[in-house]
Amino acid sequence: MFAKIRTWGPALALISPTIILLGIFVYGLIAQNVQISMTNQHTSLPRADFVGLDNYFRLFGDADFQHSLRNLLLLTVVFLAGTLIFGFLWAWILERPSFGEGFFRSVYLFPMAVSFIASGVVWRWLLSSLQTDQPGGERTTGLNRLLESIGLGFLQNSWWSDPNWGVAAIAVPAIWQLSGYVMALFLAGFRGIPDELREAARIDGCSEWKLYRHVIFPQLSPVMLSAVIIIGHMSLKLFDLIRAIVPDANTYDIQVPATMMWVKYIGSDYADSAAIGTIMLILVALVVVPYLVYTSRQEKR
Amino acid sequence: MRRVSLLASVAAAGLLLSACGGGSSVEEANPTEATGSVGVFTWWADGSEKVGLDALVDIFDEQYPDLTFDNLAVAGGAGSQAKSVLAANLKSGNPPDSFQAHAGAELQDYINADQLEDLSSFYEEAQLNEAFPQDLLDRLTVDGKIYSVPSNIHRANVVWANVEVLEEAGLDPNSPPADLDAWFADMDKIKESGTTPLAVAGTWTQVQLFENILLATLGAEAYSGLWDGTTDWRSPEVTKAIENYKKALSYTNSDRDTLSDWGPATQLVEDGAAAYNVMGDWAEAKFAQDGLKPGTDYVYFPTPGTDGVFDFLADSFTLPKGAPNPAGSKAWLTTISSVEGQQAFNAAKGSIPARTDVPSDEFGEYQQSAIEDFSSDTIVSSLAHGAAVPVAWLNELSTAVSKFGGPQDVAALQESAASIAEKFAQ
Repeated sequence: MFAKIRTWGPALALISPTIILLGIFVYGLIAQNVQISMTNQHTSLPRADFVGLDNYFRLFGDADFQHSLRNLLLLTVVFLAGTLIFGFLWAWILERPSFGEGFFRSVYLFPMAVSFIASGVVWRWLLSSLQTDQPGGERTTGLNRLLESIGLGFLQNSWWSDPNWGVAAIAVPAIWQLSGYVMALFLAGFRGIPDELREAARIDGCSEWKLYRHVIFPQLSPVMLSAVIIIGHMSLKLFDLIRAIVPDANTYDIQVPATMMWVKYIGSDYADSAAIGTIMLILVALVVVPYLVYTSRQEKR
Repeated sequence: MRRVSLLASVAAAGLLLSACGGGSSVEEANPTEATGSVGVFTWWADGSEKVGLDALVDIFDEQYPDLTFDNLAVAGGAGSQAKSVLAANLKSGNPPDSFQAHAGAELQDYINADQLEDLSSFYEEAQLNEAFPQDLLDRLTVDGKIYSVPSNIHRANVVWANVEVLEEAGLDPNSPPADLDAWFADMDKIKESGTTPLAVAGTWTQVQLFENILLATLGAEAYSGLWDGTTDWRSPEVTKAIENYKKALSYTNSDRDTLSDWGPATQLVEDGAAAYNVMGDWAEAKFAQDGLKPGTDYVYFPTPGTDGVFDFLADSFTLPKGAPNPAGSKAWLTTISSVEGQQAFNAAKGSIPARTDVPSDEFGEYQQSAIEDFSSDTIVSSLAHGAAVPVAWLNELSTAVSKFGGPQDVAALQESAASIAEKFAQ
């Protein structure tokens, strides 16, 4: 008994403050958030009655919330597809022995060092919705002006101000920022494949395409899965970039659950805000938990 | 992670300690004997608002040399950032000595939450019941009690126009259109001359435009009825108003959602890139600061169809329950309600004094006309600035107005506005 305490005691004493603080400030606050989301505290009044899951049912039936979920889905799909395609492409180019690899690796990775808020301020200007052929077109800035000046004027569009597909434009700066990261993941994956495997395949008469199809791609799938999880959960909680690009939080076209939670909160609708927060937590858990289970099983094997 | 948790626990302990402060009875607090510092919470962090606050602090330092002014301003989002910080501070029992709130329905939220001291006795001591106009006092009084002291009055139904653009389109800048239809006809001419007729920015400025069109179409009485339930949101008059709003939107700059605040939209009028901008009279301070002259560079007039109506909002200051230095708070309230305080602040901010006995000859041309209008016009409460409805109502209606900007579905906006009104109106 005493021996056990001597082995476990110091370690436990060392980590117990962390456990207690985590318990209070993470899990305790999550519990309080869930509790608030089950009350009818929709104004700044301190009055609060328990209403169970009413807020959740109402939110899922609410056209505005459905709109925000649809936006989130669109944003996630474009963001994921974009980062995977560009990340893979760059890694694939850099993977072959080529000139200036170190230089390009830094160039592609560099955007990740910039915070979403800082890059958002620049992208707000780049994604300006005014087009050169509209009234006031002489004030056009950013990408629309650039497209016009290189003779691709027909590609101009209203970017995130488009009521249906606008939120996909928010994914553009996000892709710019995180493709380099996905590239680094894939590059590490490529490097992890021993040269002997490729040599062996080539000696067996494998074409370049078949080499990739049957030897390299299968070995990259764990990397791909990590990339999907990381990018996917970043997209779910994407808030700072949207707030930096879109001046008014209460802009309907780009509403996603994260911004809607903020709008509800500043309007003192604490119950709805807490409910949206809980829904987001569950969405993130749906992405992350299966991955954690999968990796822990892999490690045990 | 550990370090963050530790910091958080230290911060939490600090909050608990400060919550135990507070003290002496508010009724007995005497501003003339006040010492220490007075923390005043505003969202006046830059521009003409900051200049106004600085002018007010100068008067405060003069009147109360024993007190130090502690500026707790929080910038951003037309006050929305500041309001969420304030809500958190009030909730955790850590109120400032005084905070800024729009007079009217916005104040109601704080009153309902029992966060404000009754200032009726302060009004009697400082003889403010005679100094402020009755219309304003009526809007400040809740169940016979008054909870805030206004520092200024703003008008939200003013059109600012670029003289050069109007003349190029063959319009006379000195004879503004009489009603909405005449205004739309003028805007058609401006459109033909190749300029954007009407500048507007992000969501809250669209809500202010919507409010102006409602007021112009429905008239003062029916407009006020929208907020107290006597006007039916589903009536054909409201349909007409929303159709007018749709028409007005068709004259606006297509990059409206991209413009960050009212400033860039007003700038378009200054630069001659747009003819009109519907904006509150804080725009006057911007025109003046940028060196433009009224009459020759720009003209202003009440939004067509709202002549004789003053769409009002007012900034006011409060004494929160549990304020650490109530005597200091009263000193601050005395300064902002004094003739000198109101004069210095409003001359800088572009608004007009709430007191009726402030000499008007120190003010600019626009302000003098506004002072005259405020004493004679019908007064209605502004929607976009928290005077007409509580924040939660305004917030949901803003979402509906923002949604309208895309598909422009008149029936959908009317239906959601009606159901929001049903939800909040008692």
